[in-house]
Amino acid sequence: MAELTLEDPARRDFLYLATGAIGVVAAAGAIWPLINQMEPDASTLAQATTEVDLTNIAEGQIVTIKWQGKPVFVRHRTAKEIADARATPLSELKDPATDESRAQKPEWLIVVGICTHLGCVPLGHQGKYEGWFCPCHGSVYDTAGRIRQGPAPKNLVLPPYKYTSNTKITIG
Amino acid sequence: MSGPSTYVPKSAAAKWLESRLPIIGLVHSSFVVFPNPRNLNYFWTFGGILAFMLVAQIITGVPLAMHYTPESTMAFSSVEHIMRDVNYGWLMRYVHANGASMFFIAVYIHIFRGIYYGSYKAPREVLWLLGIVIYLLMMATGFMGYVLPWGQMSGWGATVITSLFSAIPFVGNAVTQWLWGGFAVDNATLNRFFALHYLLPFMIAGVVVLHIWALHVPGSNNPEGIEPQTPKDTLPFHPYFTVKDGFALVCFMVFYAWFVFFIPNYLNHADNYIEFNPLVTPAHIVPEWYYLPFYAILRSIPDKLGGVIAMFMAIVLLAFLPWLDTSKVKSASYRPYFKIAFWIFVLDAVVLGFIGSQPPEGSYVIWGQILTAYYFLHLLVITPLLGLFEKPLPMPASIAEAVLGKAGSAAAISAHAASSPNTKG
Repeated sequence: MAELTLEDPARRDFLYLATGAIGVVAAAGAIWPLINQMEPDASTLAQATTEVDLTNIAEGQIVTIKWQGKPVFVRHRTAKEIADARATPLSELKDPATDESRAQKPEWLIVVGICTHLGCVPLGHQGKYEGWFCPCHGSVYDTAGRIRQGPAPKNLVLPPYKYTSNTKITIG
Repeated sequence: MSGPSTYVPKSAAAKWLESRLPIIGLVHSSFVVFPNPRNLNYFWTFGGILAFMLVAQIITGVPLAMHYTPESTMAFSSVEHIMRDVNYGWLMRYVHANGASMFFIAVYIHIFRGIYYGSYKAPREVLWLLGIVIYLLMMATGFMGYVLPWGQMSGWGATVITSLFSAIPFVGNAVTQWLWGGFAVDNATLNRFFALHYLLPFMIAGVVVLHIWALHVPGSNNPEGIEPQTPKDTLPFHPYFTVKDGFALVCFMVFYAWFVFFIPNYLNHADNYIEFNPLVTPAHIVPEWYYLPFYAILRSIPDKLGGVIAMFMAIVLLAFLPWLDTSKVKSASYRPYFKIAFWIFVLDAVVLGFIGSQPPEGSYVIWGQILTAYYFLHLLVITPLLGLFEKPLPMPASIAEAVLGKAGSAAAISAHAASSPNTKG
């Protein structure tokens, strides 16, 4: 464009700037829903809770249920398993946590069944501490789901749960 | 109009890119400095609006495809899932569904502009033909898109239209079964329509590139129908037509938004909120509004094959307009009888559309037949004859003269082509 002498150059500059600013806001407003639509939708979020009936889980048994698409171990612990977990000094733990802090009622341990190393599902009643053993890279968890040996950095994750009665829990 | 680019890259980065892939120069010569006739009116903004609509449909269609399930037992509920569960799903669905209607409103105005101003005449015949190809691809895309929600109108509209092919002698039934992938419109049909519905818009995009390329050889037509002769007849695309197109687009989007946010189902059909039932046909099957004139033509001919041929010819004949129209004068502004014939043709098409929306009973039948006959009369008889016998009005010597008047056009000779609009008031 040729150089133009404007009577009030600031007016044109202002109009360009204002239009540009509104354009940016409009573009952001248009883009946002297109990005946000990829977030989990309402029906996925509604799968956030799962109910578990504890009645038929025998002592010593571990049951795997699905919560938010992930495996969760519900372990009915024996008195020995509880005692072993409580007797462990915290100094031996890579990710220190007391057994009391990991189970609302000591006989029921509920942990997410995903190894905190790279995500495999560990095998129950295996490993040195009879907790869990992850076959992928050899992580060993105890009867409170705490990491004892191997490359996993953290204890098995505790999902949020609550007792809706003595024999029922709701996870999530 | 087209020639080597005048763009000179300034920065080192621009020089580097330009010497390897001269895309900045291409954009510059096509959409920044490209000369357009200075007398273009707002009917010339619909090309840009159409390009925007294609992008809008693709941008909303891709996220919809992330949540849609193209399987006959799950399609309908996946659309409801989009409407109810997916974040902003209701918005993307309504923008996309109403977007199809907006796309067709814009394309009909764009086509009628071409007919009125003779934009299909030499040397723009290929431009026109590419446009017809785009229009056909749009109709196919829209048809398949409407099937995807798998409502009653989706499935039955698909049944009616695919059954048209059974009218072909000898091979009709085999062709129809091949289209269906089965013995009726069912899951196989839905699956392939989804794949093709995703594909075709990108083919449209490709033909649009050719369409714009073909346009840029002679440049745009204009309301006077006189080709630009000197630079004073034209103005650079930017800023004059970027701003004009931008303003027209904003107005169009207001109209579009009115539908999306206040009457999102106005152009839809209530029966499409009922899941497709192959055993129960709705009382009145109608296609989407943009097919209605052709639907009326189809039903006007009592013979099955005849109706199909008439319907296809109604669209195909448009492709022959550059040769059917014998007039040397382009613009209807200077063709008084053609102007009248044009508006009667528009009225004919609109009323045919109305008839297509009604049950084929009573006086609608005879009116449909009369209007169908007139449609073909206009294209095959009136248009060629008018060009031969009509006496055009006296035309201005140039675009500049038409816009600025004789004295003004003389003054414009000495002024810079991009005159200073800011000094006028």
